Amino acid sequence: MFAPQFGYHRASSVAEAGELLRSNPGAKLLAGGHSLIPVLKLRLAAPPALIDIGRLAELRGIAVDGGSLRLGALTTHAELAASPELQRHAPALAQAASVIGDPAVRNRGTIGGNVAHADPASDLPTVLVALGAAFEIAGAGGERTVPAAEFFQGMMATALGDGDLLTAVVLPARPPGQGQAYVKFAHPASRYAVIGVAAALTVSDGACTAAAVAVGGLVPVPLRAPSVEGALAGGPVAADALAAAADRVAADLGDDLIGDVFASAEYRRAVAAVWVRRALEAAAQAA
Amino acid sequence: MSAKIFGSGIRRREDPRLVTGSATYTDDITLPGMVYAAMLRSPHAHARIRSIDTAAAAAAPGVLAVYTGADTAEALAPVPTAWLLPDSDLQVADYPAIARDTVRYVGDIVAVVVAESRYQAYDAVDLVAVDYEPLPAVVDPELASRPGAPQIHDGIAGNQALHWTVAGGDVEAAFASADVVVEERIVQQRLIPNAMETRSAVARFTRASGELTLWNTTQNPHIARFICSAVTGVPEDRLRVIAPEVGGGFGSKIAVYPADFVTVFCAMRLGRPVKWTETRSENYQATTHGRDHVQQVELAATRDGRITGLRCSVWAGLGAYLSTAAPGIPTILHGLMLSGVYDIPAVKEDVYGIYTNATPVEAYRGAGRPEATFMLERLVDRLAGELGLDPAEVRRRNLIPRFEDGHPVVTGLTYDSGDYPAALEKLLAHAGYDRLRAEQAAARERGRHLGIGLATYVEICGLGPSQVAGAIGFQGGLWESAIVRFHPSGKVHVFIGASPHGQGEETTFAQIVASEVGVSPDDVKVFHGDTDNTPMGWGTYGSRTTAVGGAALALTARKIKEKAKIVAAHLLEAAVEDMDYEDGNFFVKGSPDRGKTIQDIALMANVSWNMPEGVESGLEASTFYDPPNFTFPFGAHLAVVEVHPETGQVDLLRYVALDDCGPQINPVIVAGQVHGGVVQGIGQALWEEAVYDESGQLVSGTMLDYALPRADRLPEIEVLSTVTPSPHHPIGVKGVGEAGTIASTVTVYNAVMDALRPFRVGAVTMPLTPERVWRAIQEAQGG
Repeated sequence: MFAPQFGYHRASSVAEAGELLRSNPGAKLLAGGHSLIPVLKLRLAAPPALIDIGRLAELRGIAVDGGSLRLGALTTHAELAASPELQRHAPALAQAASVIGDPAVRNRGTIGGNVAHADPASDLPTVLVALGAAFEIAGAGGERTVPAAEFFQGMMATALGDGDLLTAVVLPARPPGQGQAYVKFAHPASRYAVIGVAAALTVSDGACTAAAVAVGGLVPVPLRAPSVEGALAGGPVAADALAAAADRVAADLGDDLIGDVFASAEYRRAVAAVWVRRALEAAAQAA
Repeated sequence: MSAKIFGSGIRRREDPRLVTGSATYTDDITLPGMVYAAMLRSPHAHARIRSIDTAAAAAAPGVLAVYTGADTAEALAPVPTAWLLPDSDLQVADYPAIARDTVRYVGDIVAVVVAESRYQAYDAVDLVAVDYEPLPAVVDPELASRPGAPQIHDGIAGNQALHWTVAGGDVEAAFASADVVVEERIVQQRLIPNAMETRSAVARFTRASGELTLWNTTQNPHIARFICSAVTGVPEDRLRVIAPEVGGGFGSKIAVYPADFVTVFCAMRLGRPVKWTETRSENYQATTHGRDHVQQVELAATRDGRITGLRCSVWAGLGAYLSTAAPGIPTILHGLMLSGVYDIPAVKEDVYGIYTNATPVEAYRGAGRPEATFMLERLVDRLAGELGLDPAEVRRRNLIPRFEDGHPVVTGLTYDSGDYPAALEKLLAHAGYDRLRAEQAAARERGRHLGIGLATYVEICGLGPSQVAGAIGFQGGLWESAIVRFHPSGKVHVFIGASPHGQGEETTFAQIVASEVGVSPDDVKVFHGDTDNTPMGWGTYGSRTTAVGGAALALTARKIKEKAKIVAAHLLEAAVEDMDYEDGNFFVKGSPDRGKTIQDIALMANVSWNMPEGVESGLEASTFYDPPNFTFPFGAHLAVVEVHPETGQVDLLRYVALDDCGPQINPVIVAGQVHGGVVQGIGQALWEEAVYDESGQLVSGTMLDYALPRADRLPEIEVLSTVTPSPHHPIGVKGVGEAGTIASTVTVYNAVMDALRPFRVGAVTMPLTPERVWRAIQEAQGG
C-alpha cells in the first residue's frame, strides 16, 4: 500500500496539462485519483510522473445548452447524482452516478477519470453508450469529438492516445416522453457492476416509439443491445412485451463474457435478461 | 444512583476518543530514531528456496539492513503453539519466524528490510531476488489428508496435525436403532477476520539495560510477553508489552506472530526502534484466518422427532503452521459443544486437524462454536423436513428443560444454568412465528419465496478453570486479576489483566465498581493493556473478559467494601456488626444521615490518621479469580429472507436475536456486541469467503473481492434477551462478545434453505451467493 516514487506536476490550464503530458512520456493524469491511486499503491503500475489536473476550473460544471448537456470532465459522481439538470435531462446518468462505490468515492471520483479508465465493470460508460454521448478530447493536433460507441475500444482501452486529455462529455437531453433507467447487479464487495443495464424508452400512447438499451459489466466494452431495441420499437410497453424483448439480449452479448469467482460468465449470460427486463420496466415506468 | 448503575445503558467512555480520531494505536507510536521494517513474503503457496540475493536491496537508498532466515535462525526460537492438545497425537511442525529452506503459504516471511522510511523499505523489498522452486500445493483440508497429497512438513504423515475424538453414550446403537437418519456435508469456508486496524508492532531495545518494549496490537499482552520472552530470549522482567488502542481483533490478535518477533529481532540487532505495520493486502495473506472446516454429519432420531444420536467427522484446516491457540479451536471449543441445547444421549466426533498450504487458522469470533452450532441446527432442520414437522416443534421436543444450577451433558461438560424453552418461546412470540408461516404460505401463492430460519444455541464462555486449562493442554492459566485503588479524594483506579479492545469494558467495569461500592462510574478509571502497570491476566478472547475479569473485579470491590465498613465503624465508634450500607454510605443501623461516605473513608484510609487496630493504611484490594466452571450463554435466533429464484439473489428481510448472557451490566453495550456478532455471522452465510485457487494463491486478496457485510444489505436487528444468571459467578454474568456469531450463520442459512424447499435443492455451499443459489435451483430442476 505504498506507491513507488513518481514525479508530480500540477497543471494550471488544459493547455499546460497537454504540454506536460507530451513532455513527460508515460505520465498519467491525476483527477479524482480513485482508479489511479489504488493501482499505484498496489504497485501494479509505476508511471514516472503524475500530472494533476484536479484544480482546473475550466473542466468543471454541468451546462445545458438547448437540446444537449455538457459535463466537464472533473464533474464528480456526487455532483452528477445531485444535479437537478441531470435528473431532469439524463436521469439514467444521475442514477448510475448515485450507485457508484460509496459516498467517499462519489465525492472524489470524476466522470472524466471514470470513462478514461474504461473499467468494464464501471457504471457510467454503459449509460453513456445507451444515451449516445460523445467525448471532447484535447490532443496535440487540436480538439476532436469522439462518439461513445467509438470511444470505448476494449477492456481499459479507449480512443484516448498519448498526449490526449478528455475535457468534457456531451449528451443529448432527454426528449419528451422518454423514460430512462439504470439498474445494476452490484458486486457485494467492490460495488462495481457485475451486470449493468441502461435503458431509454420513448413511449407514446402506450407504445414504444424508440428504444436505446446498453449492457455493461459482463462484457469487455459496454454494448448496445440491438435485438432488444428492435423487439421493443413500435410495440407495447406491457410487462410481457418487455420481458420478451429482454430475452433477446442473449443474441447481443457476443462470445466474450467476463466471469470471476463471484459470478461466472455462464451465470451472467443466463441472468442478463432478468436485469435487462428490470431496466426496461423501470424505464417504461419513468416514461 | 449507584444501585441503578448496574444495568444502565450509559454511553461508552471509549467512544469520544475513537470517533474523533484521537486514540493512539500502535502505528501512531513514533519514537526518536525509529526506522521501518517491511516483510518480503512468499508469492508461492509451497516452494523450495534455492537462493536469496539481498545485495541490491541492501544497497538501496535508506536501507539499514536486510535479514533472512539464516540471520534469525539462531536468534529466534521457533514460533510456538500454546495449546498442546493431549490425546490427539499432536504433531507440532517447526515454525521459523523467517522461512529457511521452504515456504509453505503465500505470505510466509522470506526476508525483512529495515530502512529509514516506509517507502524506502517497500522499494527495497522489491529488490530482494529469491530463486524459488515451486512445489505442489494443497489448500483443501480434506484433500490434504488424502494419500498422495503434497507433503507439507517432513515427518508429518498425511499432513495430520492432530486427531481428536469426543464421544459419549452408545452412538453405534443409537444409529442402529434410529427410525430416521439425516446427514449433510457442510463446508465452513475460510474467513478473514478483518479487524479495522491491521497488525502492527513497534519494538524498542535499550542495550544499556537490556530492556525491550514492544507496542503491539494484541488481545492478550501478558501472553504476548510470555511467548515473546521465550522466542527472543529477553527475560520476562525486562520485557514490557503495551497494547495501546487496539482496533478490533475477533481472534486474529490472539496469536503472537512471526512478524512481531522479526520486528523485535531487527530492533535488537540495529539498536534502533523499529516499526512494522502490515498493509491490508498483507493482513489478508498473513494474519490468521478463521473456520475452514469440512464436516460430514449424521443425526439419528425417532419417528416423533426425538434426537437419539449425532455422529460426525470434521477435517479442520489449520493452515501451514500451528498458530498460538489453533489446536484447541476445532476440538475443545467445538466438539465439547456438540450436543448444544438438547439432551442427546449419544454423540461421537472425530476431528482431523490438517496442515494445508494456506494462512494459519486461529480463533475467529465464536471460534469452534459457530461451526458446532451450524452442524447441529442444520441437521435439526433436516430432521424437521424429513419428518414433515415444523422446525420450531422439533426443537421444542428436544430442548433441555430449565435448570438453575448445573446440567451435565453427554460431552462431559456441566452447563451452569439455562432456560432454553423460555428463550425459544419468547423469540417465537416476538417474531410472530405462526403469522410469519402464514405470510410465507400466502407469498408462495403469489410466486414469492420467503424463508424462515431458526436456530437455538448454547456456547462455552468464561474460559475457564485453570485446572481444566492444564488438563486440556492450554499452556497457561485462565484466571484473571484486578486491583482496585482508591485515591484520597475518592477517585478510583482499576487495573486489570485482561485487555479489552473495543468491547467497552472501560465503561462496564466502572459500572461494576460503581454498583458495588457506591461511587459514580465517572470516578472510576480502568487501566489495561500494559504489562508493566497491570496485574497478570490471560487476555481478552472467548467472551471471557467480563465473565472472568469482571468476577475478579466484583470480588475486589467487595473486599474494598468490607474494609470500608470496618474503617467506618471505627470512625463512628460503632461495632462492625452494627453497620449498614446503602449507595456508598456506611452508617450505624437506623442512622443513615450520620454515616460516612466511601469518599470520606477513602480519605481517612489514605491519610491513615485514625485507623482501626490491625487494619492497613490505604484503600486498595486485589483478587485473583479462577472460575469454578465455564459459563454457558445461550439464545435463539430467527431470520426471514426472500430468495429470487430467477437470479438466486437473497434479501435478508428480518433478523431477531434473543441472547441470554445473564444479567446485563450495560444493555446498550450488550446490544452492540450482539449487532456486531450477528452481522459477522450473516457475513459468513451470505458474502464472505477466503478463496484460494488450486495453486494456493489467495484470490480474494483485497476488499474489492472479499465481501464484508454492509449496512445497506442488512435489516434492523431486533435484539431480545432473557436473564438467567450463572450460579457460580459473583454477579451472574456469562459473556456476550461472541453470542451473535454463534447462531446467526446457521439461522440465515436455514432461512434460505427454507425458502428453497419448493425446489428440493440439496446443500448449497456458503457463502450463498446468487450464482450458487441459482445453480442449486437449476440443478434441482434438472436444468
